[in-house]
Amino acid sequence: MDAALPTHAAMLRGRIFGHVGLMTGIAILVVAFACAIFAPLLAPHDPYFQDLAARLVPPVWQPRGTWLHPLGTDNLGRDYLSRTIYGARVSLLIGFSVMLVSGLIGTTMGLAAGYFGGRTDMAVSFIVTARLAMPVVLVALAVVALVGGSLVVVIAVLGLLKWDRFAVVMRAATQQARAQDYVAAAKATGASTLRVLLGEVLPNILPQLVVVATLEMASAILLEAALSFLGLGVQPPLPSWGLMISEAKAYMFFSFWMIAIPGTALGLLVLAINLVGDGIRDVAAPEGRA
Amino acid sequence: MSAILTVEGLEVDLSVPAGTLHAVRDVSFEVARGETLCIVGESGCGKSMTALALMGLLPRNARRRARRLVFDGIDLAAASRTQTNDLRGSRMSMIFQEPMTALNPAYTIGNQLCGVYRRHKGGSAAAARERAAFLLGKVGIAAAGERLGQYPHQLSGGLRQRVMIAMALMCDPALIVADEPTTALDVTIQAQILKLLKDLQDEFGMALVLITHDLGVVARVADSVAVMYAGAIVERGTAAQVFAAPRHPYTAGLIDCIPVPGRTKPGERLGAIPGTVPALVGNITGCAFRSRCAHAQARCEDAPPQHAEGGHEWACIRGAA
Amino acid sequence: MLGFAVRRLALALAVALAVSAASFVLLRLSGDVAAAIAGEGARAEDIAFVRKAYGLDRPLIVQYAEWLGNTLRGDLGTSLYFKTDVSALVADKLPVTLILGLSSVLFALAVSLPLGILAAIFPNTWIDRLCLALAVLGQALPNFFFALCLILLFSISLRWLPVSGTGTWLHFVMPTIALGYYVAPAFMRLIRAGMIETLAADYVRTARASGLSPASVVFKHALRNALIPVVALAAVQLGFLLGGSIVIETIFALDGLGYLAYQSITYKDFPTTQAVVLLLSVVYIFLTFTADIVNAWLDPRLRVA
Repeated sequence: MDAALPTHAAMLRGRIFGHVGLMTGIAILVVAFACAIFAPLLAPHDPYFQDLAARLVPPVWQPRGTWLHPLGTDNLGRDYLSRTIYGARVSLLIGFSVMLVSGLIGTTMGLAAGYFGGRTDMAVSFIVTARLAMPVVLVALAVVALVGGSLVVVIAVLGLLKWDRFAVVMRAATQQARAQDYVAAAKATGASTLRVLLGEVLPNILPQLVVVATLEMASAILLEAALSFLGLGVQPPLPSWGLMISEAKAYMFFSFWMIAIPGTALGLLVLAINLVGDGIRDVAAPEGRA
Repeated sequence: MSAILTVEGLEVDLSVPAGTLHAVRDVSFEVARGETLCIVGESGCGKSMTALALMGLLPRNARRRARRLVFDGIDLAAASRTQTNDLRGSRMSMIFQEPMTALNPAYTIGNQLCGVYRRHKGGSAAAARERAAFLLGKVGIAAAGERLGQYPHQLSGGLRQRVMIAMALMCDPALIVADEPTTALDVTIQAQILKLLKDLQDEFGMALVLITHDLGVVARVADSVAVMYAGAIVERGTAAQVFAAPRHPYTAGLIDCIPVPGRTKPGERLGAIPGTVPALVGNITGCAFRSRCAHAQARCEDAPPQHAEGGHEWACIRGAA
Repeated sequence: MLGFAVRRLALALAVALAVSAASFVLLRLSGDVAAAIAGEGARAEDIAFVRKAYGLDRPLIVQYAEWLGNTLRGDLGTSLYFKTDVSALVADKLPVTLILGLSSVLFALAVSLPLGILAAIFPNTWIDRLCLALAVLGQALPNFFFALCLILLFSISLRWLPVSGTGTWLHFVMPTIALGYYVAPAFMRLIRAGMIETLAADYVRTARASGLSPASVVFKHALRNALIPVVALAAVQLGFLLGGSIVIETIFALDGLGYLAYQSITYKDFPTTQAVVLLLSVVYIFLTFTADIVNAWLDPRLRVA
């Protein structure tokens, strides 16, 4: 009788593979990662090489387009396909690094607040409230602009500013997990606080952590693009999608594809990350689609 | 006495992931004006579904069918949604099990009571308020005028159930369906609420369909009794008939479970019915109680014969004693 | 209710103080004010002179105390770039940004309320799926890219709306859409989840059992309770939109606080940047404080907490 019932792992597998959104998201992400990692192999040209003789070549599907530059060239004659492929590197690098930095800060704060409660909780809650009151886009812009825009500065600033959601969600999740029997059992066996936190609490709030991580990664990618679009993020000639849209802005009236290509790439990547986050939430708690 | 409610061949099917659940199967009964009918049975036997089916409040995945479903001369089976809605809260009202959550936390008691009145009777806000205050007094709430301005969370469970009863009475209904109205309350409050319902019935003359799992409650208030098991009525009669001479083994088992002051000696074992209600998904043949019945025979595999004796009806291979 | 309000107000003031200190220190650590005042291409001696003259060599805490004192008296200093009083400058631009923020939240609610309610009334149907798909797509679209697409469509192709400027209400249409669409999905998800929960609540069953009209059941009894968390979110999102308006105001050259902030950042105009950051923080704190009070009014159970 038991053998006829699907095992827990098999049911979980079924939920994962049966989830259209999750699968679509993963498929897009795999392509994006491949572009980022194998950019030198995939890109037909050097993304920095300026061919001033072949400026503003339209993509291949338009009149005057050539297969030499399938997605055309920009105002400096750089190959658009190559820059778009290299752009995945910048976005994913920023997304991941910011997520790691802010995740580390926010999770630590949330775990401490949720686990210890009392004064720790009040202190963390106050810091989170204060952080939420700061206009993050504005402060990030100002600091990046003043320190000087570069990849590292953008990562550091966004990472140090965007830990709020991690802290809020981890605090609530830890409060719930702390009340569970397995935590009491671990404490009863004399495990150290750090061991209880990392060994018992953290693994049980992992699904929520992963969901927040995807949301924050997507948000960091969008924020970097916005910063670079305003000319206050990463600096030229780095191929960032936000920067590409900014540089193409002057030509968009005649060549819509110049903003459409990096815009679509950006939208697809963020869509994929959000789909994966939503998918994980559905798979982890099938009842609570919200 | 003419019947206020006639139910014949009521069926409720729920579509669930495992298939079709026959929650209510071929249920028939009548309620006379001013009479109290108790529908009694274990949890999951379909008594709440029967109540919701009468009110037209079934969940989205449920289907209702009936040969006859007549309330106060109106054919409910053929009534439109609007017609049913016009009856609900005015000619027929319902009281629910959970007084703690049955009132909207965002509005005052007065707002919710008057809302029902003005929906059905129209009239001025002052008239509705006067009616609400009058009824709060009737259900034994002191300082009614002040209570009207309070929110549900400021009231205890017993008080909230009294408010629910007042709400059911707002438009002077001919029938109140009460689904386990005392189950969620403290034992002492239970007795008060039951007495209140009985007193109000004497005063206002409405019929009462009381859904309960507690035969003790039935013994105190019922004029007639319908015993439900696995979605069907297995025995039906006046309270006197059913209690004095239970014909169905299930009814007899239920009655054995009631402690009787004076007759049950301290430490004496109360009766218990072994097993649980069978799953109601798919087709059910024969007597649904046979797996738990001490008198089960091979014949119980077939549909049980119906017996009737002076208004006392039951469905069992065992005839009159 | 009064005690509740007083406690919330005390918290709000403490948060405002903490935020002002944090943003002050953050900006001072990021760049050199003396160099900015001395101007482009100033010699090291000039910068050192400015540093001394303006008291910028004193400990940061002293400078902060001085700035805070001046701010509380309504003196936000003089803009390094615009050469005018920052208080007047900021007061002049604030209405534009407030109008933009409010209209964006209203636009987001106008889109998300009907969609969220429909999705909750018909869960797991094509209506629900369509709403969810819109929400997912909406959240993925970068707002500056969307803004450019709007310009191409409404200003260049259709010639319905002006590309940029602040003159008339028509100038606010595209910025409102570009800013508001991004927060609509969050509202929609919250409204949908809340409505699904309240529509299944016992008190909604009571309302139906009382024969109330479907409209009364949905709007009076279910929606009211589902809206409680939406109020808090609306306040948070309005604050978020005011902060995020910098991108949209810059694209549409809408002459509000965001555009002012962009200019002040580009020209290293410290007093102005500082003032805008402070102002937006205070507005956000005020909004969340108001939301707490409104919530307590909407949900009587919260009033004692």
